[in-house]
Amino acid sequence: MIDAKRRILLKGSLAAGTVGVAVGAGLLSPRMVLASWNEAAFHAKDLPAALTSLMGSDATETSDTIKIKAPDIAENGAVVPVTVETDMEGVKSIAIVADQNQTPLIASFDLGESALPFVSTRIKMAKTSNVVAVVQTADKLYSNAKEVKVTIGGCGG
Amino acid sequence: MSDIKIRAKLKDGETEVKCLMSHPMETGLRKDSKTGELVPAHFIQEVVCKSKDQVVMTANWSGGVSKNPYLAFKFAGGAAGDPIEVTWTDNMGETQSATSEIS
Repeated sequence: MIDAKRRILLKGSLAAGTVGVAVGAGLLSPRMVLASWNEAAFHAKDLPAALTSLMGSDATETSDTIKIKAPDIAENGAVVPVTVETDMEGVKSIAIVADQNQTPLIASFDLGESALPFVSTRIKMAKTSNVVAVVQTADKLYSNAKEVKVTIGGCGG
Repeated sequence: MSDIKIRAKLKDGETEVKCLMSHPMETGLRKDSKTGELVPAHFIQEVVCKSKDQVVMTANWSGGVSKNPYLAFKFAGGAAGDPIEVTWTDNMGETQSATSEIS
């Protein structure tokens, strides 16, 4: 009697296991090719959730030593040049966020040992919002923000 | 053939690398203006930049990076003639790689 039950239980868990593997395999192709790409962070709908997934915490300290170079007014929200630079020591990574975008986290840059804390790229912005740069050092997160006004198609905003 | 353009310049002991890539960078949120259907997400997820086989920087991106992405970064050290290698991988599993030299 006990043996039979145990057998059923084993069968059941084995079957569940197989289904789990199948679902996992389905999800893995081709979206999750990269193990290091943090899907939770990049799909997060707000900044604290994105930062918590990405860096383990959303407790940032505002720092003026983080310089964000971005236009005050961006005519075209599809191409907004952003440069982030700081003179902090021991910077591990830099993240760029547009806080009104549907998924705010845009890019995160993991800096190797020789890399200097400087990154520059071009981002898309849905509407006028803050561009936030988050700098991760060995033990802390620092951030700074700059507002960028977005006028899509030059209709004014 | 690769569409990645790389410029790497050494100045005062710092090497500045600038790259341009060709990629549609579709977020998956945009609707096709003709059919009204969502254009599937297609964007670069990871860019790995190496110099002399050492990873200098790894960039993780969402579809929020502009079409035909531009990327610039700096690193200490490096010498004229050192190789720079940039490789990207997108969410469809496509990948491209290019190399250049520090000038």
